[in-house]
Amino acid sequence: MPDSPTPPPQAAAPLLTVRGLSKRFGAVVANADVELSVIRGEIHALLGENGAGKSTLVRMIYGLVTPDAGRIEWEGHAVSIADPNAARALGIGMVFQHFSQFETLTVAENIALGLGGRDLPDALAPRIRETARRYGLAVDPNRHVFHLSVGERQRVEILRCLMQAPKLLILDEPTSVLTPQEAQSLFAVLRRLAEEGCAILYIGHKLEEIRTLCHSATVLRAGRVAGTCDPRRVSPRELATMMVGNELAEPRRRTHQPGQVILTVSDLTLEPGDPHGIPLQKIRFELRAGEILGIAGVAGNGQKELLAALSGERLSKPSAIRLGAEAIGGLGPVARRRAGLGFIPEERLGRGAVAELSLAENGMLTRLASPVVAGGLVRRGAARALARRLIERFKVRAAGVGAPAASLSGGNMQKFIVGRELDARPLVLLAAHPTWGVDVGATVAIRQALLDLAAAGAGIVVVSEDLAELFEIADRIAVLSSGRLGEAVPVSQLTLEAVGLQMTGHGAAECLDAA
Amino acid sequence: MRLEKREAPSAAMLWVAPLLAAATSVVLTGLLFTALRVNPFAALRLLYLAPLASANGVAELALKMTPLLLCALGIAIGVRANVWNIGAEGQFTMGAVAGGGIALALGPAGGWYVLPLVLAAGIAGGMAWAAIPAALRIGANAHEILTTLMLNYVAQDILSWLVHGPWRDPQGFNFPQSRTFADAATLPTLWGTRLTPIFFVAMLAAPCAWLLLQHTTAGYRLRVAGLAPAAARYAGFSARGTVWLSLLIAGGLAGLAGIAEVAGPIGQLMPTISPGYGYAAIIVAFLGRLEPFGIVVASALMALLYLGADGLQMHLQLPLSLTGTLQGMLLFLLLAADVLVANRVVWRRAPAAAHAPGSMR
Repeated sequence: MPDSPTPPPQAAAPLLTVRGLSKRFGAVVANADVELSVIRGEIHALLGENGAGKSTLVRMIYGLVTPDAGRIEWEGHAVSIADPNAARALGIGMVFQHFSQFETLTVAENIALGLGGRDLPDALAPRIRETARRYGLAVDPNRHVFHLSVGERQRVEILRCLMQAPKLLILDEPTSVLTPQEAQSLFAVLRRLAEEGCAILYIGHKLEEIRTLCHSATVLRAGRVAGTCDPRRVSPRELATMMVGNELAEPRRRTHQPGQVILTVSDLTLEPGDPHGIPLQKIRFELRAGEILGIAGVAGNGQKELLAALSGERLSKPSAIRLGAEAIGGLGPVARRRAGLGFIPEERLGRGAVAELSLAENGMLTRLASPVVAGGLVRRGAARALARRLIERFKVRAAGVGAPAASLSGGNMQKFIVGRELDARPLVLLAAHPTWGVDVGATVAIRQALLDLAAAGAGIVVVSEDLAELFEIADRIAVLSSGRLGEAVPVSQLTLEAVGLQMTGHGAAECLDAA
Repeated sequence: MRLEKREAPSAAMLWVAPLLAAATSVVLTGLLFTALRVNPFAALRLLYLAPLASANGVAELALKMTPLLLCALGIAIGVRANVWNIGAEGQFTMGAVAGGGIALALGPAGGWYVLPLVLAAGIAGGMAWAAIPAALRIGANAHEILTTLMLNYVAQDILSWLVHGPWRDPQGFNFPQSRTFADAATLPTLWGTRLTPIFFVAMLAAPCAWLLLQHTTAGYRLRVAGLAPAAARYAGFSARGTVWLSLLIAGGLAGLAGIAEVAGPIGQLMPTISPGYGYAAIIVAFLGRLEPFGIVVASALMALLYLGADGLQMHLQLPLSLTGTLQGMLLFLLLAADVLVANRVVWRRAPAAAHAPGSMR
């Protein structure tokens, strides 16, 4: 990596000190006696698996959750942070992993609302542009948010915080939707902020990233501090072990023996359903049995549209997509599933699963056939048995088959969804961002499950923005840019940097300027 | 004291909230009576207990409950599928018009087949009226909250025009009402009261609705579509099917309620056939937590309010608008109490809860 972290200034008094902070929800201890200290100008990593209590900790610091015990000191004084307004008044900004924005409003209007609504959006627009340019965060203030990809929306969130000139900026897994180049330019932003004296609390799970970016790290495990370290001085393996508490298994790569062509996409052209979506232009690729094809690209380059066209949520010319010999372009999702297509969607709750429903009812979302259904009636016993099997086989940590999907951590819910689709034994599996926002343990398990499925003879298309992931599991990688799909190239002939550059397409020059 | 969001909605509070709302409503009603210079205890007794003092009173309660229950079940199925049918009143009216039209057309003639035909026409009339917003939603993306509500007024005007014009009873001294239906087109009454067998049909509809929602694939699709439209699209459930199914069921149930009313206690078509059953049923559906069995209880409570308010009007000369006031208060309090489902009350200065660390694995 080109940049090495700048040493933090030796400021004596910590900006933020957390002492003995505890919080429990019902029977679950989310945080127990957590100690944390962040000094000015420091990029401090908060590491831990999903469910380790990172979110609860920062939510207490940001005034969203009231601690049961312990205290928070800000600039040396004990403070009680009643709500996010109080946190912002102190100078704490936060970029959430799952942020909420008003989709029907523009970027400037959303930022104006986030700033308390005192400034008019039109008056803010020049300031937004200026801040955006200063930090290389390309966003048009007049665009409506519903047009923006997840990655672009995140930039809006970061901008919103920067507009408030925070003393402490909290970021929850910010790079999960960025390309390596974008991540590098984000790091440049964060380093500049740190040099300006702003402290940064960085929740992350990409260890390599934390090792290049952060000055210090606090590792949480099961709600407690498992250790603190200087991430530059320990190996990723040591960090991972500290997080998980035991040794990690490396994903085992199978010997790749591609079979016959199982999925053929030829001249798939599709106008977007949303007037500001990306039109797909003559997409063509072949997928062989036993092969994993990675589709890389920055969010908003036609991924949503391509996945909808492949899964059957949007129909195309029947012959544009063939599963084996069968033309499936004109079939809906149910018929395609019956033909042997599985799909792991990008969003877990609300799409891949229904938050309010139990695991038993979520297990049958894509499995409404025998043995779960008989004569139009749901056989509860069979549905529960299916969910129980998925929980056991994929080691999902849940209170039981009756537990609502919303009660599971992101990683466990994703394991359940992945398990549900694998358990249907698809001939072809589509997976969109299969490990996005998932903890290290679950990531390893999910990647291994995908590798095993391919080894068993299925073809897999993985759409992901995490290049490291694609390089780890894919056999070939093609880049999707502005609705066009490039040539699929064997991974052995590719470098991370080359794919990253291709992902930015025409924007390559700009991106280099910004970095 | 302040509210803190619960990490999961409280299941217990889901059912305590309506009871809390009902109890608070009794207290506030008492205060309202006091303000009206009426003895609150006497008035509350008239409102809640007097209607149940006789067998006939109980039959009247069941009679009033029938349309509320039928309409509310349809509304609840819709809301569970995220289809907001505000048009039960209009579907009720058009059920009465369609069924009543058949009854009038067949005249005094007829045998056993007349009543089933009349009831079927009532159901079909309600369904047809509900099909309009369904088609508009699918074809033109017009939201059903607006279209169903507007169609209520259209239905009312159609009924009004019919009984003032073409269907007016020639021997009716110019009153705007139709001829009374023939016996063959009228529902039988039970035990010397005005109660009709449709009450039992309504009571049977509740477990059927429960079965549909909880145990059929169609009901599962409806619920998924209601909770997470993107998940329904992902799973491949038809969005059109959801809209059609939920609106047609609601329309059919409301249409049955309408025809049961005019072929039952009313016995003819007139300009006003419903004291707002279709609207009150919205309150009933939410008071019953959109669960069929909860709705049975809630419809009984709402029927009691209707009867009690009649009693108040007769015995204490209180205005009839009291019914609407009491209904509104109940809904308002329920919505307020519902805050406690997703939130808990936290006392700011409460000492930190002692806990056993290490109890988490």
